[in-house]
Amino acid sequence: MITPEMVAEHGLSPEEYQVVLDTLGRTPTLPELGVFSVMWSEHCSYKSSRIHLAKLPTTGPRVLVGPGENAGVVDLGDGIAACFKMESHNHPSYIEPYQGAATGVGGILRDVFTMGARPMALMDSLRFGRWAHPKTRNLVHGVVAGIAGYGNCMGIPTIGGETRFHPSYDGNCLVNAFCCGIVDADRIFLGTAAGVGNPIFYVGSSTGRDGIHGATMASDTFEEGGEDNRPTVQVGDPFYEKLLLEACLELMEGDCIVGIQDMGAAGLTSSSVEMADRGGSGVRLDLDQVPMRAPDMTPYEILLSESQERMLLVIQEGKEEEVFRIFDKWDLTAARIGEVTDDGHWRCHWHGEEVAAIPVAKLTGSAPRYDRPQERPDWQDAVQVIPEIPEESDPARALLRLLASEDLCDKRWIWRQYDHQVGTDTAVGPGLDAALVRVKNTNKHLAFVADCNGRHVYLDPHTGTAGQVVEADRNLACVGAEAVGLTDCLNFGNPERPEIMWQFARSVEGMAEACRALDIPVVSGNVSLYNESDGVAILPTPGIAVVGLLEGPVPDISGCFPSAGLEVALLGDAPSHLGGSAYLAVIHGLERGLPPPVDYERERALHDRVRKLVRSGAVRCAHDLSDGGLSVALAELCMGGIGGRFTLPQGGSTTGVLFGEDHGRVLVAYNPAQREQVGGTRLGITGGDRLVIGPVDVAVDALIAAWQPTFSTWAG
Amino acid sequence: MATVGVVTFPGSNCDADLRYAVDHTEGLEAVAIWHKQTELPELDAVLLPGGFSYGDYLRCGAIAQFSPVMHEVVAFAKRGGPVLGICNGFQILTETGLLPGALIRNSGLKFLCQDVHLSVEGRPTPFTTDLTRDRSLRFPIAHMEGNFVADEDTLDRLEGEGQVIFRYEGGAPNGASRDIAGISNTSGNVVGLMPHPERVVEACVGGTDGVGVFTSLQRALS
Repeated sequence: MITPEMVAEHGLSPEEYQVVLDTLGRTPTLPELGVFSVMWSEHCSYKSSRIHLAKLPTTGPRVLVGPGENAGVVDLGDGIAACFKMESHNHPSYIEPYQGAATGVGGILRDVFTMGARPMALMDSLRFGRWAHPKTRNLVHGVVAGIAGYGNCMGIPTIGGETRFHPSYDGNCLVNAFCCGIVDADRIFLGTAAGVGNPIFYVGSSTGRDGIHGATMASDTFEEGGEDNRPTVQVGDPFYEKLLLEACLELMEGDCIVGIQDMGAAGLTSSSVEMADRGGSGVRLDLDQVPMRAPDMTPYEILLSESQERMLLVIQEGKEEEVFRIFDKWDLTAARIGEVTDDGHWRCHWHGEEVAAIPVAKLTGSAPRYDRPQERPDWQDAVQVIPEIPEESDPARALLRLLASEDLCDKRWIWRQYDHQVGTDTAVGPGLDAALVRVKNTNKHLAFVADCNGRHVYLDPHTGTAGQVVEADRNLACVGAEAVGLTDCLNFGNPERPEIMWQFARSVEGMAEACRALDIPVVSGNVSLYNESDGVAILPTPGIAVVGLLEGPVPDISGCFPSAGLEVALLGDAPSHLGGSAYLAVIHGLERGLPPPVDYERERALHDRVRKLVRSGAVRCAHDLSDGGLSVALAELCMGGIGGRFTLPQGGSTTGVLFGEDHGRVLVAYNPAQREQVGGTRLGITGGDRLVIGPVDVAVDALIAAWQPTFSTWAG
Repeated sequence: MATVGVVTFPGSNCDADLRYAVDHTEGLEAVAIWHKQTELPELDAVLLPGGFSYGDYLRCGAIAQFSPVMHEVVAFAKRGGPVLGICNGFQILTETGLLPGALIRNSGLKFLCQDVHLSVEGRPTPFTTDLTRDRSLRFPIAHMEGNFVADEDTLDRLEGEGQVIFRYEGGAPNGASRDIAGISNTSGNVVGLMPHPERVVEACVGGTDGVGVFTSLQRALS
């Protein structure tokens, strides 16, 4: 008997439940109700976001697999391809930071090796509340340790990422994990159930009661006492996943796999439904054959468990022994739990009795899709205006405060806990504009960057998001790489509030516009909504990770001035734009103004130019101007201990030139003999132990003292 | 061509890196050895890689010492065969008793991945004769349990017998006793160290200070 209370507890609206009744033509069983609940959750169905995501450009000459599979795949030439995706694990990480973050890494790794790719790099984008909030420090410790614990054990280098802090994340941290792998372009595996009679195999960890309804939890906002959701957080075992990775890749060398999919959110249910949907087939699962780790589990629990480190395989009939042989070798469990059928139904049996029977097309095709109401927030106009502020009276002090600020200070404390070298392919690790990882036995390197300036997006979701894309592309140019694809992780508040939906829609439009302008396809991604606590939404945070390709040798570039006597020039005009800047936020406590405008034509030309200069070896440093503007960018280049004397480029106010965050600006350092080739506005020469920029004159030691120890002192 | 066995335990994750570094060395050829093997093929040396063998459950290296293959590796070492353990491999060597002491959690209680500067000292070993003693070497570390400990008598004996082979310069980041990064057994054929020489064998990815470990082995075997 299904009561309205049970329907509500499963997160289904009365209208959605009516669709369930119409679809089945009868009352669902309890397992069926659970299945509809998770499959139609925001997390699995993208019901609020799908119509907007359709605006993103997802095709291109390099795209082999776009959104909809476990991860996107982009052709790199010479028979190999990059397979990547980013995914959120926000809610679990707030409830139980170590396991929440660890299983986020585990999940994204499975998404990538499911496709037949061997993972080669991880990144993480993290957002926490302000430092002064009593929970923040513990969350940082737990999340960083969880990422380290899982990624390090798996032996996949964590080569980059970014971390920012803001009061809007006080009650809702963000943990977005990115993974990229390398796959032979003609050996990509898909999550499909095809071939009537082919057996379905369950491999990996046994099923327990952990994580039941995780997907439903991830589709709700937090209220006081949200920590009580702890049993819905899964527990990860990276050792087991390492074995699973090796066993799956070994099995993939043969020809026995028809389809393969990891059991992530909504576990066995969503993996089997999605595989049947893609294969246009049906499936029958014998739930009593599922390996279980807890006694007396019910079909309902087995279907909804989110136990980690599990995969579902469809195997060519007659090749079952091959599966058992390889999984035995790795001491892993493999069990035959069903078969592919042709009746278009998703059926579950329990000791011979049918406990669920749902038409696959109905389960996926009649999933709700909402064009939720949007409304520009009434506060939007007000925050776009900057109140009158005086010219900065002590720019040196302002620079030091910026360098010591929560977002801009040195995050070595974090990335030192991540093994960023295992695999022996890390040519450029954390600390530069983008990381570079070699693809062994080729002349290729992949470049990686992850970023999102939530303040810019908050002030103008369209321009702010477009700005993230151009900045990421600029970061790649600074290491000589060209973007080949983008994955996103769109973190927003409650979509049932019109102002959040307005932010979301504008942000996706901005991303789509920028990706089209720069020819960067969006090949995979994830949406995380309901990031609110007690009615307060996070800053809109459409995180992106962009993958770039560099063919040929790694350019000899440095994140700091490598020697004295180099000239430094600014490519692009003098900055002046203070709207949305770190300067306004840190020095004046103002999150105001419009984010810097984006000019795609100029960006394209600049990125081409920077790429050529970096690849040809004409420049020794190339550093993008972003948070904190020209002064912070120059200071960051001094962190190796070598300073320089620079004049202010001609532009607007001194404050604007020092701290403005305009797009389309790159600093380069080069041997004076290269001056003609480099061009730009010459600012000065490196050397000495002071950084002089017009009116700013600071000892390099003071810059380092402000920047380097701040985070580790706070974190402890 | 000398053949060098690189053991893969469940959870090893530097085994491929180590085979790559061996194959990168002229005159050496890597052979993958599976932890369930009960006998070794004809080998000239055995290397135990880094990683998290058996998930580091119970204690790093504590379960790996009971792997079927370790029985053979211990016998190989006792016959005088060159054996090198890196990171988790070093931990396994101390657990088997081929090397003294133990590796406990870093004093800062955090995983550390960073470059360290090492001095090479002590007796000559098959893995270190080509390494310069004129300057410090830059190797990376990446571990949670690299804090070498032993009782004072053992430490004195290690120092006195020239069994301290690698030492951190400028202080051990993990709290290791007497800044010890790597040691050998009394006859010098078994060496263990926490830093990763296999990560510094190419200029384009981190440097070349680790090359000497592998060329030393090649020289010792030829």
